[in-house]
Amino acid sequence: MVLLQRPHILLLLIDTHQFLQCWIAFGSANEEGQQQEEFSEELLVKPLPDHKLLAHFHFQSSAPPSTSNGCHHHLFPKAISQLVQKFRVKEMELSFTQGRWNYESWGGFDPISSSNAKPPGVELWAVFDVPQHHIDASWKNLTHTLSGLFCASINFLESTATYSTPEWSFPPASGNVRYGTFPCEAVCTENLTPWLRLLPCRDKAGIALLLDRPSLYRGFYHSQRLHLTSTESSSEGIDSGIILEQTLTVVLQPNSERAIEVHASEKHVQPSWSLSSIFGKQVSGRCVLAKSSSVYLLLDRGLVAELKFPNKENGKSAANGLTSENFWSNPSFELSVNPDRIFLEESSSHSKSLSILYMFQVEKYSESEPFDIGLMWKVPVAWLCQQTPLHASRFLMGSGNERGAIAISLKSTQFTEGFMSANSKDGSCELRVDVFQVVPWYVKVYFHSLRVFVDQQPRAVSDFIEKIHVSPSKDKMSPGVMEVVLKLPCRVNTAALTIEFDKGFLRIDEYPPDANQGFDIPSAIISFPNFHASMVFLEDDSLNRSPLLSKFQDKCPVMSYTEVLLVPLTTPDFSMPYNVSTIKCTVFALYFGSLLNVLQRRVAEEERFLKAKAAKKTGRLPLLLSKLSAKLRGRRREPLHSPPSSSSFINSKLVLKVILVAGLAVGWQYFFS
Amino acid sequence: MQDLCTMVHLCYCLFLVLSPLIELKDSQIIFCTDVVSAMLIRATGQNLRLAYLRSLESLDLVKQIEVSEFLFSGDIAALIYLCNPFTIVACVGLSTSPIENMAVILCLYGACSRLIPLAAFGWVIATHLSLYPAILIIPVIFLLGCGPDSPPRKLFLQRHQQKEVLNQSKLPPRFSWGPVIHFAFWAFLWSVYVLVLCGISLKQFGGLWEMFKSTYGFILTVEDLSPNIGVLWYFFAEVFEFFRNFFLIVFHVNILFMILPLAIRLRHRPCYLAFVYVAICSMLKSYPSVGDSALYLGLLGWFVNELADMQFSLFLFCGYVGVSLLSPVMHNLWIWRGTGNANFYFATAMVYACLQIVLVVEGVSAMLNHDRKLRNLITGKPQDAKS
Repeated sequence: MVLLQRPHILLLLIDTHQFLQCWIAFGSANEEGQQQEEFSEELLVKPLPDHKLLAHFHFQSSAPPSTSNGCHHHLFPKAISQLVQKFRVKEMELSFTQGRWNYESWGGFDPISSSNAKPPGVELWAVFDVPQHHIDASWKNLTHTLSGLFCASINFLESTATYSTPEWSFPPASGNVRYGTFPCEAVCTENLTPWLRLLPCRDKAGIALLLDRPSLYRGFYHSQRLHLTSTESSSEGIDSGIILEQTLTVVLQPNSERAIEVHASEKHVQPSWSLSSIFGKQVSGRCVLAKSSSVYLLLDRGLVAELKFPNKENGKSAANGLTSENFWSNPSFELSVNPDRIFLEESSSHSKSLSILYMFQVEKYSESEPFDIGLMWKVPVAWLCQQTPLHASRFLMGSGNERGAIAISLKSTQFTEGFMSANSKDGSCELRVDVFQVVPWYVKVYFHSLRVFVDQQPRAVSDFIEKIHVSPSKDKMSPGVMEVVLKLPCRVNTAALTIEFDKGFLRIDEYPPDANQGFDIPSAIISFPNFHASMVFLEDDSLNRSPLLSKFQDKCPVMSYTEVLLVPLTTPDFSMPYNVSTIKCTVFALYFGSLLNVLQRRVAEEERFLKAKAAKKTGRLPLLLSKLSAKLRGRRREPLHSPPSSSSFINSKLVLKVILVAGLAVGWQYFFS
Repeated sequence: MQDLCTMVHLCYCLFLVLSPLIELKDSQIIFCTDVVSAMLIRATGQNLRLAYLRSLESLDLVKQIEVSEFLFSGDIAALIYLCNPFTIVACVGLSTSPIENMAVILCLYGACSRLIPLAAFGWVIATHLSLYPAILIIPVIFLLGCGPDSPPRKLFLQRHQQKEVLNQSKLPPRFSWGPVIHFAFWAFLWSVYVLVLCGISLKQFGGLWEMFKSTYGFILTVEDLSPNIGVLWYFFAEVFEFFRNFFLIVFHVNILFMILPLAIRLRHRPCYLAFVYVAICSMLKSYPSVGDSALYLGLLGWFVNELADMQFSLFLFCGYVGVSLLSPVMHNLWIWRGTGNANFYFATAMVYACLQIVLVVEGVSAMLNHDRKLRNLITGKPQDAKS
């Protein structure tokens, strides 16, 4: 047994029970030849052009479809499997992000950025395997569950005004998908801890040991993501296989002392770093429950092209001799640990050079000899990451709090020139861009005002928009959703979409506590379905491939998120509710009273006349009769009219009023019960 | 609608100075609507004036009240309606309120000139467009039943008692149910027609119920809180959610509460009653606009002779001018510049509401005093009718 070859004493002491159970399960599973629950932990480190470092943690647990285990799991987090079973989630992704992914310098064309660069705040989408009319209820329950599970305000996504139903532009296109974002959520360690709790070793062992909170949250970008896919969930819902993928992407600034020393003299030398200098911790062996545990160092295509490996010309032959020394002992940098294996990317049509992946097995290291990889740069290197075909940014136009316009601008990055020219065989090269934009209801978008500018010239919308789907917002009910497929010529330099909106006015209790800060419009998703970000590495044993590398091979379309917009809305005076109510009610009372007064006022002469008339009459009955008839026929009939004796008049009016109020109250009660 | 005002004011200036044709082309329909409304107002006003003169004649008061000094109220009303800055603003701003106004005027014109199908059509369309004109059915019934405005019927009786001859031909007609039933029939027919048309055109959008919910429902539950010249938007933005329904009921019932007392007191003057109803509606409605004010100010012109003794008219005039100047300024300060506060704008809206209240109350009081004056003239009491 692999597990027992390298027993981890500390963990064994802590988690004896779980470990034993797991071991028994392993034994029994092996006997039956069944698939078992697996867990793997991986870390990918990648130097970024702007002197920063990307660390991408990838933990994957999978529970195979099995009826024998029932609801019991050995490695797989029970909370997640229960959630999948209860709400029949087919696929779900939840991400907590802080900071903004810098597409210009950190790239946007590789699998890491297109699937892990997320909009700030919380983003959640889920595909359900339930009938159409149950989806909203499932979504509501799911948001509440996740909210409790991750200590976040995901439950704000439950109201219909915050989530939307993408029709086709969102990648897992299907009618059962629900998509919601909550841009103003502050992500912090309280969200990370429950996320780590889903790992079998938590952050007590293995690669997760590196997740030191202060150094993580010191970074420029931090995104923790949870993606789960349940395979062939049958109607019973119990025996569904689930793959849970937890990734944490951080962009950090390595600040080793040497870098600071060198800083003055050699400005362009990339800072040297080591895992211990970035995270302040070292990996002391793997998590014993993990099937594989490895650390990768990825050198970008651009970087590899810049480094000029000696045998770059014959890349194919180098792929055969992977352990060839000249891949890791290079004049421009030095690795502190010798890599166990080196992967070369398969040649792709997108780019001239190929990226290189160094792999380090954590299994070889132990408490006494912790794993700490370091990279020391010797000469200054400058390169660029591969970018999305068009760089998308979004901004607001207009001034004042009455109306404005949202503009999405797409700028050509000239990076995929080669690809485009290769693609344009018959001269009509077209670039397809999908735009998915959700706007909250209080930003009242006028979809008819959509305008397209191509190369700074206003153009007819129908020339460039192939397909458009719009669902207008309903006040306090649903947000406005716009899905557009743009077909742009490949040679386009800039393109822009503008759409006008009116700002809504909310009630005071609908404003957040800091109303003057403004309201967030969630990021628009710009995807390029014709471009696929994938990295295929040459591997000799396809059986034992790592989940991270197989993830890289998936052909996912290149996607990028735009900035979150902050729209200032007009605010009423929050201290005024009592004043407004009292002033307004006073004015209404004034109106009511004075008008009634005018209507029933009699001039002095009339009054005297009526009194004289009344004095002539004696007895109550004729008085009452005349009063009645006067009431019935109006007060103009003066000869017969008598002044109503004040007490009885008030009484009858009072009685009427009381009856009216009582009737209203009864009606009210009846209506609400 | 005040936002409209500010924007529109600019347009209007442009319209006067630069390109009358371009601006007119855009608002051609609205412009024509306004002109037609003014013509109908003029015709109705002349009708009312003739009726008034006839009743004065039958009361033998022609000499006592200098009829030669009688103004042509129809012309005045039409001029007020056309030259009112509120009308111009609503027209140039392409607001739809001129169309609603025309439906109301059509209804009153039809009732005055006893074109019953036209009256029913106007009433149905006006109700369909903005719901509040539904209460105009009461003045229309009075108009059809007893004819246009005249002094109270018992004045005639008194007069004839004094003269000891009961000349039936000179008496105003008693209430007759014939035209009213006729009107009800036509109103029913038109409303069925409108509903069927709506039902056909809205079949794919959820049918009539959806239409009622999103038009009348939208009017009754004040959902849109964007600032207008009324006060309800701020009230419902500020009021606590718990009391929202209560106040919705209170404010709408406030309109209904006043219907009966006014109808009892002013039933001999149905056109004036209609004016008061229109004014009250434009004051208390959910989303008032300057177009509504334009309508009731235009209708006010019909009664220049009767309301000659109205109090506070200068104050009201100055108030209207002041509010219409200050309100766009406050709106601009609050919304566009961000230097002002919602309260400043709300204050102008409040002042505007107060002005309307004063106008309605003083108008009703002046009309009642006018009736008193006529009675005193008949009974020969020389004293001033005002109290």
